Amino acid sequence: MSNIGSYEERLKDFDWGIAKEVLGWENGELLNIGHICTDRICARGQAEKIALIWEGFGDKKRTYTFGDLRIYSNGFAKFLRDQGLKPGDRICIFMDKIPSLYFSFLGVLKMGGVAQPLFSAFGDESLEVRLESAGTAAILTTRKHVKKIRKILDKLPELKHVIVVEGDESKLKGEEVFFDVEAAPRVEEFDAYEVTPETPSVLHYTSGTTGQPKGAQHVHSSIWGQALTASWVLDLRDDDIYWCTADPGWVTGTSYGIIGPWSLGVTQCVLDSGFTSARWYQFIQDNRITVWYSAPTAIRSLMRDGVEPVNAHDLSSLRHLASVGEPLNAEAVIWSEEVFGLPFLDTFWQTETGAMMISNYPGMPIKPGSMGKPFPGIEAAVLDLKTHEPIEEPDRVGLIAFRPGWPAMFRAYRNKPDIYRSKFAGAPEGAEPDELRTNTDLWYVSGDRASIDADGYYWFVGRDDDVINTGGHLVGPFEIESALVEHEAIAEAAAIGKPDKVNMEVVKAFVSLKPGFEPSGDLELSIMNFIRKKLSPLAMPQEIEYMEKLPKTRSGKILRRYLRALEWGEDVGDLSTLEDD
Amino acid sequence: MDEMKSVVLEYIVDEYVDEDDDVEVDFDTALISSGIVDSFSMVSLKVFLEKKYDISLSDSEATPEAFDTVTSIVELVNKHLG
Repeated sequence: MSNIGSYEERLKDFDWGIAKEVLGWENGELLNIGHICTDRICARGQAEKIALIWEGFGDKKRTYTFGDLRIYSNGFAKFLRDQGLKPGDRICIFMDKIPSLYFSFLGVLKMGGVAQPLFSAFGDESLEVRLESAGTAAILTTRKHVKKIRKILDKLPELKHVIVVEGDESKLKGEEVFFDVEAAPRVEEFDAYEVTPETPSVLHYTSGTTGQPKGAQHVHSSIWGQALTASWVLDLRDDDIYWCTADPGWVTGTSYGIIGPWSLGVTQCVLDSGFTSARWYQFIQDNRITVWYSAPTAIRSLMRDGVEPVNAHDLSSLRHLASVGEPLNAEAVIWSEEVFGLPFLDTFWQTETGAMMISNYPGMPIKPGSMGKPFPGIEAAVLDLKTHEPIEEPDRVGLIAFRPGWPAMFRAYRNKPDIYRSKFAGAPEGAEPDELRTNTDLWYVSGDRASIDADGYYWFVGRDDDVINTGGHLVGPFEIESALVEHEAIAEAAAIGKPDKVNMEVVKAFVSLKPGFEPSGDLELSIMNFIRKKLSPLAMPQEIEYMEKLPKTRSGKILRRYLRALEWGEDVGDLSTLEDD
Repeated sequence: MDEMKSVVLEYIVDEYVDEDDDVEVDFDTALISSGIVDSFSMVSLKVFLEKKYDISLSDSEATPEAFDTVTSIVELVNKHLG
């Protein structure tokens, strides 16, 4: 029997208080997420249980117990507090998936800081935008990545502490500080900061169509949603060995790569090396992984490599598979059932939702290609594209929307109340974030389109905006376009998502060149590498099309949607506003 | 063969390895599985090879395994050059 039991039964009289039952919570306990995932697990007699099995490239392997997790997160918490950092300070974690990432994330939460994890492949410009927006006070990084921070440090007056947690201490520069938690004196006791349910916990940046990325602010009470969904959707149990392949630079990697599993005291594995099918299967085999949460891009890459590497490994330990990041196509579900004997169950949620919202559940019949059904306690709908009224008839496409008020919901976009308000259909003018997130007459509109079939299953259609979903990560076209025009050869630029068999979408750029520059293979490569280093490999255009002039409206705005429609072979719509020539 | 290896190695070191990185890259250093080159960045490496050697590599050939070392990359390119 799965943890959720019967989905239909769970819908009846659902109350989020059941999350407390799942955690064995007693009134008066300290809510702090960092404490719950470490001290609390140890206090429940599991200090010797393995919390983390970590492998890096080159046969590096380390294991840590929940007792270790407690000591090392204490170490980070104390160190940060001793540096003068205070509750509420934004503390960025910018490193590969090394053990200190996990220890420091929990340590930041323990001392009351706001953890701001950023994807370590970000280039200096992506980093600068996000640190400036957050007013980040400290950044924890490694020697490999500190160089990017040095390039931008003088533009970030609020960033007072650069802390290097791994590498050669003698190579530090300026006021950089070195702290190796595993070599430092053990901190046996640290009184975790007493938070309220609404105390900020994690700040994740997400991209939109216009403007720079926005910081989605989460709070400590998000744990009720993350723990319950980890139990009911991922079906995590005490004896599981769990692998979430996501990087904690993105929300999946924190909600389900740290908070969900460790709040339940589950052992998890982390693989910090590049992707190859053989390496992944070996990792599953060696660690006897039972529950695997991955992404469609990875699954399609595994499909591409066929069954031979599957058959070369013993994957019989696997008992439950789930997927997130972009819609999981029916072929991938069917393939996984054929080769692993288990289907990947798709889950849908976003940075803003903080936890799973629509999912396929253990025991519920699957319709391959469907997103599944709303999690108990989540009121979902698809709204008419124009009226924003819920669509009653089956199979009609609308906007996926949720009634506000679920525990893991984001509480604000940092310093952007107007944009936060714009996400709620029917929001009163001038309403503040706290009024919006508790107003159950409103709908939070996700930005994705779907339909609902007669049986209540949701079917993803696509984004409702120009945001590019590549490999399960959202990339904002504006950010790419702004960087493109910084290239010496580019006069103007537009970025769109183009269809891709493995990544769902990849970035395609349309550019016009400045006088004196001609299209060439070398220029194409130069532009690609320019964006890769400045922003990130995800934002790098995988195709560049040169145009004499980009299509614009009469008011001079580049018609990105027109270019996208042409690329996707869709109706280009009303062209009456197109510039005449 | 060796000249091609040197050209590919030089490009990888120039584009993917920072000057003061501790990483030593040679013909048999793992590139993809070590994380020196990530799967998205593989595309720019593929474009480099296609332009440089005037070949076209299909997606089924441009796998992480085929791109994992300079030696395996050069083997792949040579298949196309006959």
